[in-house]
Order: sequence, then C-alpha cells, then structure tokens
Amino acid sequence: MMRYLAIRGLRAILTIAFVVTFAFFILRLSGDPALLILSPEAPPEAVEAFRKSWGLDRPLWEQYLRYFVAIFEGNLGRSMRDGRPALDLVMDRVPATLMLTLPAFALKLLIGVPAGIFAALRRNSFVDRLVIVCSVAGHSVPSFVLGLVLVLLFAVNLNWLPSGGADNWKHAILPVVTLGTAGAAIIARFTRSAMLEVLGQPYVRAALAKGVPWPSVVWRHALPNAAIPTVTIIGFMVGTLIAGAVVVESVFSWPGVGRMLVVGVANRDLAVVQCVLLLVAMCMVASNFTVDLLYGWIDPRLRAWATGASGH
Amino acid sequence: MVALPDVEPATDRRLVDIRGLTVDFDMGARVSRVLHGIDLSIDKGEVVGLVGESGCGKSVTWLAVLGLLGPRAHVGGIATLGGEPLLGIGDERLSRVRGGRIAMIFQDPTACLNPVKRIGAQVCEALHLHRGIVGERARAEARRLLDRVGIAAAAQRMNEYPHQMSGGMNQRVMIATALAGEPDLLVADEPTTALDATIQAQILDLLREVRRDTGMAMVLISHDLGVVAENCDRVAVMYCGRVVEQAPAERLFEKPSHPYTRGLLAALPDLAGPTRRLESIPGNVPEPWNLPTGCAFAPRCGACRDFCTGTVPPYRAVAAGHLVACARAGFLHHAPSAQSSAVAR
Ligand SMILES: Nc1ncnc2c1ncn2[C@@H]1O[C@H](COP(=O)(O)OP(=O)(O)OP(=O)(O)O)[C@@H](O)[C@H]1O
Ligand SMILES: [Mg+2]
Repeated sequence: MMRYLAIRGLRAILTIAFVVTFAFFILRLSGDPALLILSPEAPPEAVEAFRKSWGLDRPLWEQYLRYFVAIFEGNLGRSMRDGRPALDLVMDRVPATLMLTLPAFALKLLIGVPAGIFAALRRNSFVDRLVIVCSVAGHSVPSFVLGLVLVLLFAVNLNWLPSGGADNWKHAILPVVTLGTAGAAIIARFTRSAMLEVLGQPYVRAALAKGVPWPSVVWRHALPNAAIPTVTIIGFMVGTLIAGAVVVESVFSWPGVGRMLVVGVANRDLAVVQCVLLLVAMCMVASNFTVDLLYGWIDPRLRAWATGASGH
Repeated sequence: MVALPDVEPATDRRLVDIRGLTVDFDMGARVSRVLHGIDLSIDKGEVVGLVGESGCGKSVTWLAVLGLLGPRAHVGGIATLGGEPLLGIGDERLSRVRGGRIAMIFQDPTACLNPVKRIGAQVCEALHLHRGIVGERARAEARRLLDRVGIAAAAQRMNEYPHQMSGGMNQRVMIATALAGEPDLLVADEPTTALDATIQAQILDLLREVRRDTGMAMVLISHDLGVVAENCDRVAVMYCGRVVEQAPAERLFEKPSHPYTRGLLAALPDLAGPTRRLESIPGNVPEPWNLPTGCAFAPRCGACRDFCTGTVPPYRAVAAGHLVACARAGFLHHAPSAQSSAVAR
C-alpha cells in the first residue's frame, strides 16, 4: 500500500511538473508580454523597465528555475495586469465556475447514467435509438454551437432567459444546460456500452440460471460490473470541473476561471495563465487518483495495492 | 394434461420430458433453426449423457428449457418438469425452477462467477433464493456446502473472490451453489472441458459423490465419450439440432446403430489397446442455415443411399430403449470397432 501510494504520488508530481513546464515555455515563446500589456506607443525605456521588473530580461532557463523554486515556496507570482497575486485572482473566480460545473455535473449523471442503462436494457428499442442519436449529436456538436442555438432559442426568440452575464441564477441555466447536455451524451454512451458488455458475460446467464430474478440480476450483478468503465469517464469529468467550461464561459460571458484563462492567454498575463493551468493539472491528477481508488473499491481484481503489483 | 406424442411411455419415474423442442434464432436478416424437434426425457435420479460435435445444440437444448436464451430465440415444442409445463410460464415461476428444481453449471466456471462478489455471498444468494435462509445461518450452511464440495478452509475461502481461486475450485463453488437449491436435476454443460486432466477427474468424482448422496438426476453434456461411458446410465447423441440416437450407455457403446455414433466412437482414442491414428469423421458440421435435405448426416455418411437425402429419417426403436434416426439402422451390421467395447465397461 505504501509503495503503491509512493509510486502514484511520484507520478502525480511528474505529471504536474510536465504540464507546468510545457505551459511555461509555450507562453514565453509565443510573444512578449511587455509589448502586449504596455500600450504600443510606450517608450522603449518603459518596455525595458517592465521586462526588468518582471524578470523577463533574464535567460529563459533562469526564469524557469526561479519560477519552479517559487512554486515550491508557494508563490505563484503576480498578475502583470494589476499586480495582485495570481492565486488570489484565480481563487476569486473558482466559485463562479463551480456554480456552472457542479450543477452541470449533476445533470450529466442524472441523465446520462439512467439513459445509458435503460438503452442497454431495451436494446434496439425506440428509446435505445433515441439515446444513440442524442449521444452522437451531443458528442459531435461543439458546445459553442449548442450554446449559441440555446441562446437564439431561449434568449433571443422566446426571451425567457438572459443570454449572458452572471447576475442571478437565471443566468446560469443556459450555460449549465449546454455543459450538461454534452456530458450526459458521453456518459450515456459509455454506460450503455459498458452495460451491454456486462449483460453478455457468462456470469449474468449463470446468475439467471441459479434463479436470481431479472431485476436483481440487473441491479446486483450487472450494474456493479458496468460501473467500472463508467467510473473512468465520470472521474475524468470531475477533473474538468475547474477548467472544463472555457468555451461555455466565453459564449455566455460568465466570469469564471475558464474566461480568465482565455483573457489571460490573450494578454500574456503569464502568472495568471500558469496558475490556472497548475490548478487544472492538479485537479486532473486528483481525479485520476480518485478513479483508481474507486476502481479498487468496486473491482477486487484491480486492487493494485492488495496484490503488491506496481500499478498497471 | 397435454397429449404427448408417444415416443416413449411416460412413467411416474419421469422427471423432465422434452417433446418436439425447436429453437429458432432471429438473426435479423434470416431466422436460423438450430433445434429441429428434440425428444428427450430424464427419469428421476438418472444420469443422461448428451454428446455430439460442437454446434449440434447440446447447450441450446437446456438453455431453452430454462428460458435462458434471450429475446432473439424463439422456442417451440413442449417441456415439462414433473408433469408441469416449463416453456412460457413467466419469469417469476421460471426463476423458482432455475436453481431450485433444475440447476445448471457451465464450461468456464471462473467466468460464470460474478467477479466483484465474494464466493460466500454467491453461495448465500442461492440459499436465500431457494431455501429462504439468510444471515449467519446462511453463512454456516454455505460453509458446510463448500466443505462438502471439497474446498479446504471453506470459512476463509468464503471471503475470497473468484479471481483468487483456480478454475477447479471455482467449478466446486458452482457445484456448491447448485447444491444450495437442492435441485432434482443438475445439468452439467461440459463441466470439465476448461480444466486440466487431474482436476477433471476430481470434479467428475465429486459429481458422482454428490449424486450418490442426494439422488438427484444429472444431464452430463460432454465431448468426451470416455467420460460419458463411465458416468452415464443412458446416452443421447445429437447431430445438427436433432437427437439421432439414444440408448442405455452399455448398449450404445456395444451396438451403436447410427453411422454418426459409430463415427464418434471410431474417433475415440483406444484406452486399452495400442495407440493408433484416430479416424475422425470426414467433412464438417453444416451451418444451421445450410442443412442438406433429408438426413443431415448424409453428406458425411459412408453408408448413405439415395433415399437418405430425400426425407428426414424417422426416429424408431431398434431394441428396447434404443432409438435411432437412420433409415438404414438395422440393415447395417453391428460391427462395433474394437475400441468401443473397451470403453463401455
Ligand atoms: N445466441 C445465439 N444466437 C445465434 N445462434 C446461436 C446462439 N447460441 C447458439 N447458437 C447456435 O446454435 C447452435 C447450437 O449451439 P450450442 O451452443 O447448443 O452447441 P453445442 O452443442 O453446445 O456445442 P459446443 O460443444 O461447442 O458447446 C450453433 O450452431 C450455434 O451457432
Ligand atoms: Mg455447448
């Protein structure tokens, strides 16, 4: 167990370091923040002073080392725009994003899982076909298209709901539905195929043969097994709670982390962008870890630490 | 009571009666008939062997009787258990028969146990369903059953998962689960095919023992005629969805009448004599949707005559309890190959 945790922990740190490094170099190589943040007419001395004060005049590797050391000291830098600590700025936005992503997550589960199970149990029925069509559509229609369609329909034509902003809960409805629909489609598809796969297994027939009534076969024998692949995709979605709403926040001008990321990239506000990406990487790693633990809880064959195996 | 076509007189020893059982699979583009009217009966306490090449319908027969074939299968004909009909009786009554009156075990025991449930829980589930025992009493009974089927340290094994056990152990668990329902009939569908030779023998010994203790009847589906010869009172030979010959085991091995049965026996390794090349039956089993007219075995049959390809030969008795579906049965000499008499005890 300890060995398992140590390996997992090390791998998590490496993943995060990789993301952070990647972000660091891409951002620096893709444009000079000084030119973007200062006005184009700024005198060259001002630009030089700006570079000096942010350390941008140093060699890249030195900047990188300083950045890394600072992270370990818990210092994620300051926004080049308004000088506030980047972490504070990002944390201010997290609640707004969670206001969209948490209800959307609930929506995905509440629609996706039952729809997938039902479709599998009624294979080739009307409901099954409907689920397949919807999930293909939900998969292939980009969320900004869906968002815009919903805005046209409910905000512009029917005038029931606001088209953007974040003044009250009504503003959250369209973005939540946009986010939730696509996710529900994906979950439904996964759940359906997991369930179909499990229903074809010999132990399902054997359970029936020993006299277990069909509803119990579904609930007590098939579902726990079908949960294994479904949990993977759900766990992955937990990882996107923080940054999974970039597009939707932009479409609906929702003041969340995703929008901050877009604006930050456009402005080359390095510290802010890096801070968001670090947060995202940490969420991903945490959700992967949770998925692994859930796996072990659901499926005794995958209790990696129990068998002393060193991961997959 | 339903009037049964009188192939054999029904007696009060009769446990299961299958008459004219047909199964069609709806394959979307076509419907393929895989059982063409099976007649088979099992008496109380009797052991019947069911043999035939792969794909001839041995498993489907019993899956159909227990309603386990799923919605794409259309089942016709009659099957009764103790005089009560079995086909189309509805899920609720059927699930009391399954495991409670007729239990079934399968070829790949590890795949037949739920991978995420503990062994003990899977045995207890059957006890709960068929005998209404729950909690500590169920666990005690499950422990006794696991002990009975020869699982050492049963109390600890109960907390393990199927993947932690060997195939042979898992087949013992399946047998314990089957015994939990105290059935009248155990259908063992190639129970040892997936296991290695020494384990095979142990499992067959175990089945013999539990049968002796409980007196339940058994259907032993097997490719292995040697296994059938050693364990069965009566043998039915299937080919392409039909029973082509059935007889008391000794008689079948001494005087096989159907050329197909003779072919199977000729393909059997000679246990007593010197090893020699196996004569397997030439040709392949035709697909269910591609059956020849007349006798399905005709194209592979050395004794085939013109009239064999015209109509399906009727099932008729050549001796007491010895039924054959071959137009030429009785006209062929009984020339059992040397090794067949070695197999029959
Ligand atoms: N679910 C199914 N759908 C369509 N065809 C099926 C299905 N199950 C079985 N069959 C067909 O029915 C026929 C009989 O199959 P069955 O499994 O009873 O053979 P078997 O005698 O048990 O063979 P084996 O020795 O390989 O187990 C085969 O041709 C098989 O392809
Ligand atoms: Mg079979």
